[in-house]
Amino acid sequence: MEIERKLLKKGSLGKLFEKITASGRRILAPVQDGENIFFKEVCSPEEVAKDYIQTTLSAKSAVFPACEKLFEYKFEGREVKIEDRDLNFKPTVIFGLRPCDARSFSALNAVFSWDYQDELFKKRLERTAVIGLSCGKADEYCFCTSVGGGPGDSQGSDILLTQIGSGDYLAEVITEKGKELVAISPELFEPAGDQDKEKYLAKLPKQFELKALSEKLPGLFNNTELWIEQSLRCLGCGACAFVCPACVCFDIQDEAKRDGGVRLRCWDSCGFSLFTLHTSGHNPREVQNQRWRQRVMHKFSYFNDRLGVIGCVGCGRCSRICPADMNLLEHLKAIAEAGK
Amino acid sequence: MEELRKKARELLESQAVKVIIGYGKGSSDQARTVFIRKPEAVDKLIQDESCVQNLAVYLLKPEVKALGKPAIVAKPAVLRTILQLASENQIKDGELVVLGISPDNKLIEFPDLKAVEDYVSGLSFEYSDADKALLEKLEKMDRAERFKFWQEQFSKCIKCYACRASCPLCYCSRCVVECNQPQWIPVAPHQVGNLEWHIVRAMHLAGRCVNCGDCGRACPVGIPVHLLGEKLAEEIFKSFGLKSGTKVQGEYALGSWKLEDKEDFIR
Amino acid sequence: MSEFEPKIVAFVCNWCTYAGADLTGTSRIKYAPNVRMIRLPCTGRIDFMLLLKAFDQGADGIIVSGCHPNDCHYTAGNFHARRRWIVFRSLLDFLGIDTRRVYFAWVSAAEGAKWAELVNLVAEEIQKLGPYDEYKNLMSRGIE
Repeated sequence: MEIERKLLKKGSLGKLFEKITASGRRILAPVQDGENIFFKEVCSPEEVAKDYIQTTLSAKSAVFPACEKLFEYKFEGREVKIEDRDLNFKPTVIFGLRPCDARSFSALNAVFSWDYQDELFKKRLERTAVIGLSCGKADEYCFCTSVGGGPGDSQGSDILLTQIGSGDYLAEVITEKGKELVAISPELFEPAGDQDKEKYLAKLPKQFELKALSEKLPGLFNNTELWIEQSLRCLGCGACAFVCPACVCFDIQDEAKRDGGVRLRCWDSCGFSLFTLHTSGHNPREVQNQRWRQRVMHKFSYFNDRLGVIGCVGCGRCSRICPADMNLLEHLKAIAEAGK
Repeated sequence: MEELRKKARELLESQAVKVIIGYGKGSSDQARTVFIRKPEAVDKLIQDESCVQNLAVYLLKPEVKALGKPAIVAKPAVLRTILQLASENQIKDGELVVLGISPDNKLIEFPDLKAVEDYVSGLSFEYSDADKALLEKLEKMDRAERFKFWQEQFSKCIKCYACRASCPLCYCSRCVVECNQPQWIPVAPHQVGNLEWHIVRAMHLAGRCVNCGDCGRACPVGIPVHLLGEKLAEEIFKSFGLKSGTKVQGEYALGSWKLEDKEDFIR
Repeated sequence: MSEFEPKIVAFVCNWCTYAGADLTGTSRIKYAPNVRMIRLPCTGRIDFMLLLKAFDQGADGIIVSGCHPNDCHYTAGNFHARRRWIVFRSLLDFLGIDTRRVYFAWVSAAEGAKWAELVNLVAEEIQKLGPYDEYKNLMSRGIE
């Protein structure tokens, strides 16, 4: 579909939110919570956080919740009754998603439709539309341009808004889903002039060559010294994986009560030692440097090799929240530039 | 800073230690942990207000231990942690060199852990103004309000365990959450799972937590988990007169008892 | 009209309180039927998580009871328990969990009457407080 350019006046946001909510959809948008910003359900644009670079947690919980019920079971006499969960998810519009996060959905989708079609994820994704928001600013942790993205990248957004000089938004309608959203209140989307989108985007030069990185990685697998050096200060918490929009590892937990129980799917992280602990007691990734290596190799080598998508979108969240200041970007640059 | 670097260089040149665990310049305006192994690299060491992380968390890591005998840059909170680890038989005299940093940023050399104990006994440890204000605010709330406050906080928890990973006293090679026979604490980040995790962590650290505040700093979603440690440390001092991290052979509050222990709620 | 019947879980030590409750029975003293007893060798063995699990599984009130100080069958189990309860109770209170629903007592093997009194008191008080819906409502939150 060819991208349609429209103009959305900033004063029209209120009406747009109203119309979207009235159409039976819920709106998730970044909301300020003390020093953090989380995606929460909102009704009006006043609730949306202003003037920020990135949210604390990603929006992946809209399609891949932190704790999701798979099914419930009950004992009735000697019978076990299984109740599959309801797949009737409320249609959702994610408003204000940055281009890096919008790209992450293709990474998530690649895993959930690879060898098994994950119905839960698919249904949620089908009913999710994205009104993305281009970045006018970036900080030292951002590196979307180094991994094939950009502050105004439209991949993954159904409508991409770029705030222009007057405070109004240039609205690019990218997909059919985007067209459907416009159709909810077409009068709010005026024809755009010849506003130059590039002018309003953050300038973010590439920090390293992705190709150089991907080529070097397979050969570095056995370079234990490198991985030890990089990971000495890593504490092995799971925070990086949990805030990452492209991380998709999960754990299945059965929680039982006397008369029944529930099976849940929850987020997990390869940074935990428990992640690869075998029942025999053997752990192929016994020490942190092996787990750090896994993180880098998985996201920048295996993911691309197997699924044709890169496993990182350069949002920088992992580095912002890391309690040990690991700073992924620094490590990637070091690897890409090694041997120069 | 210069004294520290000088001492660090001496220690490495004489091979009295194999690695200096200290602070270096990190991203943005943060400091980060550095592991200096070459004398020429000691200039990486910095010492200022950005140096807040509790470095003692690295003392028990297998990869850091493999580097050899360490010298560790230790602000007061780290000194207390070292004493607490010593009380728990995790470190012994002679296994490390403690490069103390006084509250006014001067280097203090300690010949042994007893010297650390003597020094710490002369320091006062106050909670930050922000923490004191929040604790007071919670004290004034009634029970239902407090419940609401903590449930809202815990609803943000994603069970990333950054609080556990950043805590130098959470060094169990197999944490209680990782045991599934029985699964005592739910793994899932639902409301009850989060509540039970934080209760267990607070209780397992009761009488051991040295109130360094790293857990609260590490939490990516901003839950003030360090307040639980602060509250319990207050309670334990009030009820039993014990404070963690003050002696080389400290007493564990929940491992000992006195006939005179007082309470007002047992019928 | 159905009146609320509180579910009370009692964690008791084998040597004192359990024996005491036994005495209540043999003395034919009637008392509220709302309590479900869980026998442990000693109060020192009571993990604080057990209390939370009781609330998880629907308890409205909890009783924890054991031997009087100096009378513990294992010498000092109840002393360790006492310290643990002091700390745990202050944590629960700090978190806003209803400590009015958790009762601690020393009931010896000879105190059959005290046990009945205690259970009757707890049943009455919990009945007034109503079901512990605040906690029960937590059970389904956070699961999508």
